[in-house]
Amino acid sequence: MDFGFTETQTMLREQLARFFRERYDFDTRQKMLAREGGRDPAVWKAFAEELGILGAGFPESLGGLGGGAVEHMVIMEELGRAIAIEPYLDTCVIGGHALLAASGPLAESLVPGIIAGDVIMAFAWAEPKSRYNPARIATRASADGAGWTLDGHKAVVLAAPWATHWLVTARTSGSPGDRDGVSLFLVEAGVPGVTRRDYPTVDGIMASELYFERSRVGPHALLGREGEALPLVEELLDRAAAATCAEAAGTMRRLHELTLDYAKQRVQFGQPISRFQVIQHRLVDMLMEVEQAVSMAYQATLRLDLPAPERARAVSQAKAKIAKGARFLGQAAVQTHGGIGITNELAAGHYFKRLTMLESRYGDQDHHLARLEALMMAEAA
Amino acid sequence: MDLAFSPAERAFQEEVRAFIAENYPAELRGKQEEGEELAKEDYLKWHRILHAKGWVAPAWPKEYGGPGWTATQRYIFSEELARADTLPILPFGINMVGPVIYTFGTAEQKARFLPRILSGEDWWCQGYSEPGAGSDLASLRTRAERVGDHYIVNGQKTWTTLAQHADWGFFLVRTDPAAKPQEGISFLLIDMKSPGITVRPIITLGGEHEVNEVWLENVKVPVENRVFEENRGWTCAKFLLAHERTGIAGVARSKRGIERLKSIARIETDDDGRPLLHNPFFRRKVADLECDLTALEFTELRTLAGEAAGRGPGPESSLLKVKGTEIQQRITELVLEAVGHYAAPYFRAFPEGSNEYPIGPAHAHRAAPTYFNMRKTSIYGGSNEIQRNIIAKMVLGL
Ligand SMILES: Cc1cc2nc3c(=O)[nH]c(=O)nc-3n(C[C@H](O)[C@H](O)[C@H](O)COP(=O)(O)OP(=O)(O)OC[C@H]3O[C@@H](n4cnc5c(N)ncnc54)[C@H](O)[C@@H]3O)c2cc1C
Repeated sequence: MDFGFTETQTMLREQLARFFRERYDFDTRQKMLAREGGRDPAVWKAFAEELGILGAGFPESLGGLGGGAVEHMVIMEELGRAIAIEPYLDTCVIGGHALLAASGPLAESLVPGIIAGDVIMAFAWAEPKSRYNPARIATRASADGAGWTLDGHKAVVLAAPWATHWLVTARTSGSPGDRDGVSLFLVEAGVPGVTRRDYPTVDGIMASELYFERSRVGPHALLGREGEALPLVEELLDRAAAATCAEAAGTMRRLHELTLDYAKQRVQFGQPISRFQVIQHRLVDMLMEVEQAVSMAYQATLRLDLPAPERARAVSQAKAKIAKGARFLGQAAVQTHGGIGITNELAAGHYFKRLTMLESRYGDQDHHLARLEALMMAEAA
Repeated sequence: MDLAFSPAERAFQEEVRAFIAENYPAELRGKQEEGEELAKEDYLKWHRILHAKGWVAPAWPKEYGGPGWTATQRYIFSEELARADTLPILPFGINMVGPVIYTFGTAEQKARFLPRILSGEDWWCQGYSEPGAGSDLASLRTRAERVGDHYIVNGQKTWTTLAQHADWGFFLVRTDPAAKPQEGISFLLIDMKSPGITVRPIITLGGEHEVNEVWLENVKVPVENRVFEENRGWTCAKFLLAHERTGIAGVARSKRGIERLKSIARIETDDDGRPLLHNPFFRRKVADLECDLTALEFTELRTLAGEAAGRGPGPESSLLKVKGTEIQQRITELVLEAVGHYAAPYFRAFPEGSNEYPIGPAHAHRAAPTYFNMRKTSIYGGSNEIQRNIIAKMVLGL
C-alpha cells in the first residue's frame, strides 16, 4: 500500500499552488468573473504553456505526460482550493477520457489541441427532465444519410460558452430512461441549428442551455457504437464525480483554513471566538469532514479503473459522503463567520457557494445513495 | 386542555381571512410570484391597508393604536397573514422601536413618533451592531457626546437592514466610556437625513441589497431624541430583544414554505421520472421536516398559553428561535435539492425588464440565493449559539 505521491505529482501540486497564490487570488478571480465572457483566457493559456498541466492525464504517445486519475485528482484539489473556474474537468477529465475511449484518428487530432490549450470541451449530458440519470434523455439523433440530425434541449452545460467542442448525448432509439439507444456525439461548437443561451452560475462558472433544432453533424461525430454509449457515459460521469470529489476536498480544506483563521482573530466578549468550546468543536468537526473528504477522493480515484459495478460503488460512496460533508462544512463556516459570512465581500462566502454547487454536481447525495442501494440489491439477488 | 378555537375565535379567523382575500393588492401578489425585487412602496402599500383597518400593530396596547387583541387572536392573525403569503409587516417600527417608545418614552415622544410608525410615514432601521460588536453588543463603541442640548455622534454601525429606505433609526450609543459596558449606553432616535450620516450597501450571497453600513460623523442629535435615561439604554435594548424574538418561530411561514416545497416536488421528477414527492427518499425528508414543524408549533402554542395566563415570554423563546430558524433553513435546503440542475443558473444575470427570461422553471430561480440568504437566520437576532447560551444560563442555571 502506498498513499505517497511521486516526485512529479508533488511538483505538479506545488507548481499549481504557487500559480494560484501568485496569479489567482480571490480579488483577481472576482475581476475575471466580471470580464466579458466571464473568464480570463490567459489563465488557460498559462496552464498550457507555462505550467504544461493540460497534458498531465494523456499518454506520452499523444504528447501528454503519461499520468492518469491521480494527476487529475491533484490538479482538481488545487483548482478547488482556489475556487477556480477553469474548465479542466470538462476538457481534460471528461473530454480527454472520451477521446481516449474513442481512440483512433479523432483522439489523435484533438488531444494535441487540448494539451496546447486550443481545444476546450463541455459535456452536454443533462436535460431539463433527466435529473441525474444520463439515460433519462429525450434529445434525438437521427441518421440522415450524410450524418446525423440532432433535436433537443441540453440543460446547464458547464463551460459550454467557452468550449470549442461539445460532447452531446442523444437517443438514436428508445425513450427516456431506456439503457439502450443512447449515443454520444462530438459536436463542434457553433454548428448550424443550435441556439445557445449563456449565463453565469451562482458559483461563477459560465454555462449554457443548448437547443438543437435540426442541427446536422457529420458521420464521424458519433463516438463509439450507435445506441451503446451509456456504459461510457456512466464511466465519464463517474470520472467527473471522482474529480469533483477531489475538487470539493480542496475547497473544503481551504474554507476550513479560512474559518480557523477568522475564528482566531475575531474577538467577542473580550476573547477570540476560537476560545469558545462550541466553536472549537465545530472547527474540529469541520476538520474531520475535510480529512474524510480527502480519503474519499483518494478512494474513488484509485478505483476508477475497476469493473463498472465496483467503480460505481467507490465513486458513489465518495460522492454521497462528500455531498453531506460539503454541506455541513459550508454551513458551519458561514455560521462561524457570523454576519460577514453571508456577504459577497469575503472569500469564505464564495467557497460556501461553490461547495453548495459541488454537492449536487454529477449527482447529489440521494442520487448516489440510491445507486448504492441498487448495487446492494443486485448483489443480494 | 382543548385544541379547538372558540366560536368567537373562529369567527375572528374568518374575518381576517376574508379581509386579506378582499384587500391584499393583486399587483403585490404578481410581483411576489414573479420573484421581483420589492420596492419600499410595495411594503408600504400593504402596511397602509392594514393601518387603515387598525390591524397593523397587533401587539400594541389599545391606547396607542393597537387593536386590543388577545394573544390567541394575534396568533390567528399572524397565521392568516402567512397562510395568504402576504408581505410581512416590517418589524423595525412596529415590533421594535414602537414598543420601546410606548414603554419607556416621554409623552412628547409617544405623540410625535407612534402615529407615524403606525401610518408607515416613517420607515425605521435598527442601528445596534458594529463591526466590533456583534454577539457582544455591549462592547459597542459609537460615541455620543453631550454638547448643550445635543449629542454629537461618531462611529460606525453595520448590518443595518434596509437602512437605504429609512427615515429614522434607533441607535445604541456610548454616552459614558468610563462606566461598565452595559451601564454607559443610551438609546437614541436619529433622523437618517441628518448631516454626517452615510449609508453604504453590503451585498449578500444571493446578490441582494438588504443590509448596509451606516457611518456617523459628527451627527447632531437633539437630547429630546433620547429614550429613557442617559446611560440606561441597555434596559431598552434588553426589553426589545425579548420582543424581537416573539414570532421568530415563524411557524405559519414555514407551513407555507413546506406547501411550496411540496408543490415543487410534485412538478420536479426523480431519476426514474416519478414526481419527486413520490420518491421515498425525498418524501421521507419532507415528512421528517413536518414532524419538526408540528413540534415547534405546539411548543409555541404552549408558550402562547403561558403568556395568555400572564407569564411573559421568557428564555423559552430562545428555543423557538433556534428550532424555528433551523426549520426555515431546512426548507430552503430541500427546495435546493428538489430543483436539481436548475439551482445553478444565476437569475440576477438577467436584469429585470430585459427581454431575456431567466433559465429554468420559475420555482428554481431563487432556490440557491434563498438557501444562501437564509443562513442569516441562525446568525441574526442573537445567533443560535447565543440562544443556547441563554437557555443554558437562564433555564438550566448553568
Ligand atoms: C442579514 C442580517 C441582518 C441584520 N440586521 C441587523 C439590523 O438591522 N440591525 C442591527 O443592529 N444588526 C443587524 N444584524 C446583525 C446581527 O445582529 C449580528 O450579525 C449578530 O449579532 C452576530 O454578530 P456578528 O455577525 O458580529 O457575529 P459574531 O458575534 O462575531 O459571531 C461569530 C460567531 O461566533 C459565535 N459566538 C459569538 N459569541 C459566542 C459565545 N459567547 N459563545 C459561543 N459562540 C459565540 C456566534 O454565534 C457566531 O457563530 C443583522 C445581521 C444579518 C446577518
